[in-house]
Amino acid sequence: MIKHQKPEAFYDTFERKGHDEKVTHYCPGCGHGTAQKLIAEAIDLLGIQDRVIFHSPVGCSVFSYYYYDTGNIQCSHGRAPAVATGVRRTLDDAIVISYQGDGDLAGIGLAEIMHAANRGEQITVFFINNAIYGMTGGQMAPTTLLGQKTATTPLGRTHGRDGEPMGMCEIMEALTSPVFIERVSLSTAAGVMKARKAIRKGLESQIQHKGFSFVEILSPCPINWKMTPVSARKWMKETLEKRYPVKTFRDQITERPEIDTHQRLPWLNDEELIELLQGNEVLPVCSGSGEAPEEQRIKIAGFGGQGVLSAGVLLAKCGISEGLEATWLPSYGPEMRGGHANATVLLSPDRIGSPVVDDPNVLIAMNGPSLDLFEDTVAPGGWIFVNSSIISREVRRKDVHVFKIPASDIAKEHRLLAAANVVMITAYMVNTKAVSVETLRSILPVSVKKQEYVQTNIKIIEQTIAYCRDA
Amino acid sequence: MNYVKIAADECKGCRVCVSVCPHHCLMIGTQINALGYQHAVFHGFDTCTACGLCFFSCPEPGAITVFADEKEAPHE
Repeated sequence: MIKHQKPEAFYDTFERKGHDEKVTHYCPGCGHGTAQKLIAEAIDLLGIQDRVIFHSPVGCSVFSYYYYDTGNIQCSHGRAPAVATGVRRTLDDAIVISYQGDGDLAGIGLAEIMHAANRGEQITVFFINNAIYGMTGGQMAPTTLLGQKTATTPLGRTHGRDGEPMGMCEIMEALTSPVFIERVSLSTAAGVMKARKAIRKGLESQIQHKGFSFVEILSPCPINWKMTPVSARKWMKETLEKRYPVKTFRDQITERPEIDTHQRLPWLNDEELIELLQGNEVLPVCSGSGEAPEEQRIKIAGFGGQGVLSAGVLLAKCGISEGLEATWLPSYGPEMRGGHANATVLLSPDRIGSPVVDDPNVLIAMNGPSLDLFEDTVAPGGWIFVNSSIISREVRRKDVHVFKIPASDIAKEHRLLAAANVVMITAYMVNTKAVSVETLRSILPVSVKKQEYVQTNIKIIEQTIAYCRDA
Repeated sequence: MNYVKIAADECKGCRVCVSVCPHHCLMIGTQINALGYQHAVFHGFDTCTACGLCFFSCPEPGAITVFADEKEAPHE
């Protein structure tokens, strides 16, 4: 009878690698093959092949999806724990495996693995530590030993120049969330059999909903170590395992309670989600001023605090009320007041591809620097609206329409300086007729936060209309 | 009878199986396989215990199959 044979979790032939391929792409004596065979065997034994989603990294094992007849995702460099988190939180029944090398996990992906571990994500991470960057040709890895010669440490890694090798299990142990942390080694047959057990345990802990498990597998890279496969294993036993002791760092699988996956956000349907995100505001439906306008690419710019961003929101809402597509893209510095702020609003009868605008056909300049910054970007034939209370200089452009209005003064007359933005957008609406002022009147009551200011705003709109008529 | 079957064309000749076998049932042969390697050969019909150490240590998914309690040796 057959006692041990190629695990079922592997494809019979590796068609993704090439027609009728039976062998891996790994170098002779590579530890990846052994580790992956042990994982495949554990998947068979646990009967989870149909539930496994295998996340492969960047590195030599990038092609794991050639071999595993399971779900597969090939992740960006170092990001496998982040991808695995997404899968974990959307597929309750999945067995999520992240398989990563030392460059991927301890180098570029250090942040991802630490936070996934700290969140106690219910995933199993197999960390292949061969103390070198294999795929790229043997450069120093975070786990490279002191004195070890690599392509980038030709004189050997030194403490002062290159830092110390990082023990990932030791770092993991500092976190309270992981439920199972073990380091094993493929240096000897006994080590392989211990690894086999640890791999199975790491998966069992996930099957039992116990949380995050981390199995570090010391693994030979004979080619980049410049050793034979057999001498590489000897070097592991004699040298690598001295720095990276093989042991169980934590095993709390039995005592930990099951993780209640429903502690996470409950499933929400579209309406519930929109309500949660406060996107359920109902806007009045307005008819507009007749024909749909050409695409309005509006740039509103000024000091932070002048209501630049909220003017943009008002305009976008007016557009939506008239049945137009609208986007609003704010841009501002880290300061809440006094810095430079601008908003880009796109109003279009057609669907909008991108909210970014390089050549606005409307510029609403609330202050001098805004005019300086954006005057030259306005498309020929477009409009520039100038807040002449603050901006003293003339517009240089001759190929655009210019309308000047003392917006801050008009707002100040009504003791509501903050409404200068409403003056500006009213002037825009009256002059271009792209959006109806009637729409603005209907939108204001549902858009202005303080209701006592609604009437003042309406008065300001009327005065602006009168100003535009007389101008 | 216990024995190990080597899929000659899946072996990369790394000798790891040879080194881990406690009963010295495996060796590297003289033939060169389709991959260009001198592959492992089983010669331990009297001594193999079907322990599987060669199977688990071998990096190739299908290069080694272990048989236990077979009535007779395989026909090549």
